[in-house]
Amino acid sequence: MSQVVFGVVLGVSILVFAYHVKLLRRTILLGREASVSSSFSQSFRQMLKYALLQARMLDRPVAAIAHWAIYVGFLVVNIEVVEILLDGLTGEHRILAPYLGGFYDAVMVISEVFMVLVFIAAVVFLWRRNVLRLPRFHTAEMRGWPPLDANIILWTEIALVLALLIMNASEQLLQERGIYRRVGTFPISQWLMPILERMDNPTLIGVERAAWWIHILGILAFLNYIPFSKHLHIFLSFPNTYYASLEPSGKLSSLPQLTPVVAEALGLVETNSTSSEAPSSLGAKDVTDLTWKNLLDAYSCTECGRCTAVCPAHITGKKLSPRKIMMDTRDRLEEIKRQLYKKGKWEPDGKALLGDYITPEELWACTTCNACVRACPVLINPVSIILQLRQYLVMEASQAPETINVLFNNLENNGSPWAFPSADRGKWAEKLLES
Amino acid sequence: MAGKLLSTWAAASEKPEILYWVGCAASFDDRAQRVAQAFVRLLEAAGVRWGILGSEETCTGDPAKRAGNDFLFQMLALQNIQTLKNYEVQEIVATCPHCFNTLKNEYPQLGGNFKVWHHSQYLVKLIREGRLRLTQDRKKERVVFHDPCYLGRANGEYEAPRFLLRAVGMSAIESPRSKDFSLCCGAGGAQMFKEPEPGRKDINIERTEELLSLSPQTIAVGCPFCMTMITDGVKHLGATDKTRVRDIAEILAEYLGLSET
Repeated sequence: MSQVVFGVVLGVSILVFAYHVKLLRRTILLGREASVSSSFSQSFRQMLKYALLQARMLDRPVAAIAHWAIYVGFLVVNIEVVEILLDGLTGEHRILAPYLGGFYDAVMVISEVFMVLVFIAAVVFLWRRNVLRLPRFHTAEMRGWPPLDANIILWTEIALVLALLIMNASEQLLQERGIYRRVGTFPISQWLMPILERMDNPTLIGVERAAWWIHILGILAFLNYIPFSKHLHIFLSFPNTYYASLEPSGKLSSLPQLTPVVAEALGLVETNSTSSEAPSSLGAKDVTDLTWKNLLDAYSCTECGRCTAVCPAHITGKKLSPRKIMMDTRDRLEEIKRQLYKKGKWEPDGKALLGDYITPEELWACTTCNACVRACPVLINPVSIILQLRQYLVMEASQAPETINVLFNNLENNGSPWAFPSADRGKWAEKLLES
Repeated sequence: MAGKLLSTWAAASEKPEILYWVGCAASFDDRAQRVAQAFVRLLEAAGVRWGILGSEETCTGDPAKRAGNDFLFQMLALQNIQTLKNYEVQEIVATCPHCFNTLKNEYPQLGGNFKVWHHSQYLVKLIREGRLRLTQDRKKERVVFHDPCYLGRANGEYEAPRFLLRAVGMSAIESPRSKDFSLCCGAGGAQMFKEPEPGRKDINIERTEELLSLSPQTIAVGCPFCMTMITDGVKHLGATDKTRVRDIAEILAEYLGLSET
């Protein structure tokens, strides 16, 4: 009976998760074409360095160590989860133990050690976030859902770890009492045994089973929570670092649809040699005008705020926060995703990323210094989004600040940002030049 | 003298070794002009045959592009590429990291492929090749280098300017935010040409405070816009009598006794 219940719960959980992954994929692919590197080996190495080995986490050592503990703990515990799934489906108890022998003991030891490290790391993270109140977790965009999301994740991790340790502690007691057969070594959870040892056998079996169910149901619930949470980074950091640019961060590509138009206007190519079709809209007004890589960036963001903490505009009190750019992009995407879910297709709803989420004041505060790009552990690029929105403001909406229009005029008329005649360009070198 | 306008070189059916891309700041800003003059004196001392475009140079388009006007950027870029191709230019050196970045990274997509140097890199090359000879003098001076975003973070060059400071014997100290975590001076992304958005503080003040906290005799820069922003910051904070803001080319030229003409 319990196998059937388990099978149904597992199947439904996986189906629901798969459905939401598909919906997420559809949403991300609403973005425009992105030019990504064609070098598999370089992209793959980039992914190994930044996603698998988390090279940039080391910029902040405390976070790096705590994050590493949770990350490795998550990977290690998956071995135990495999067994739980097999037990659940077969009705066996600790099915892998006889097959793995001494290795099973090792898995249990490593897994228990990491359970403790995960517990400590989660407490450290909760402490930094809620007690020390690190400034980057408490900027304007970090109100309401984002901090709640972060706390839900950390408390869930603590609950899952505790369930597993209690399960193992009662397991060990039941083994000692000869009710369960002897398998595994549980160096950490044995310290929890005194709490449970006064229970009679049926109660103890109840505790063991309850902990087992809480653990696996918790995991399945968490799995289905992830698509709606910043915790998506545990999956998306891999494709995101794989597809991230391999070029120097100073390089911005030019809009290719403009080049023939400009070349023709300058008389560099024969007139009419280019097609006369109207160029598509320039820059981005809404998320669907951004590239799918920009949208993948937004879903990969775990709102750590390292970008905002190093942003010169943010540091000096301007409204711009690179993290908010990413969170706004995601919030807007979620709005569109909900419509995809309800109506099966996306129809413009009169709202847009630019204006309804991000204001021109934020966009114009960016110095394009790329500090945010350097700071992001998973290679998200907020500057790319900022510039595409600026392009829309300037080239489609003609809404540049007055001083920027003066700059454009000078560049057009004098070939310089200032209103000096180009004839004077060589004056500084008059005495230094041979004629 | 081994420097001529490219049109003069071409008239003599000759080509220079390198085109010095002056940039708008060094063409028109008094302070940046002195950097350009120091740099060409170094080229002269090394016996480099150099050229400039003079009135045929225009803005690379960097501020237009970063202000969102890709149309104007491409107008400027395609014109410049045409000019550079007409003169069969192959190597370019720039004293402005914004010009350097645009020429190096953004012109290839539009058909302009050149070998592009930042002047700090080019000076290191001249020293390594023995063309620019150092003396035994050691300048004992406390100096901090302010990494320009478009040389450092954007293009990964942190070493060349520090090499030059060490070469003249200066003890380069690092600011808390340096190299890939250097703090922007506040000028990039066309900010130089507009008023800052409302905030608590100007970015150049935030940065200059940090640099001055190290009590340097010299703040070394490698970008004409950083020069303006940090110089303004030093003035604003009343530290002009204690700290000078100088480009690495000026530091090297002064060390080599290449006086102003």
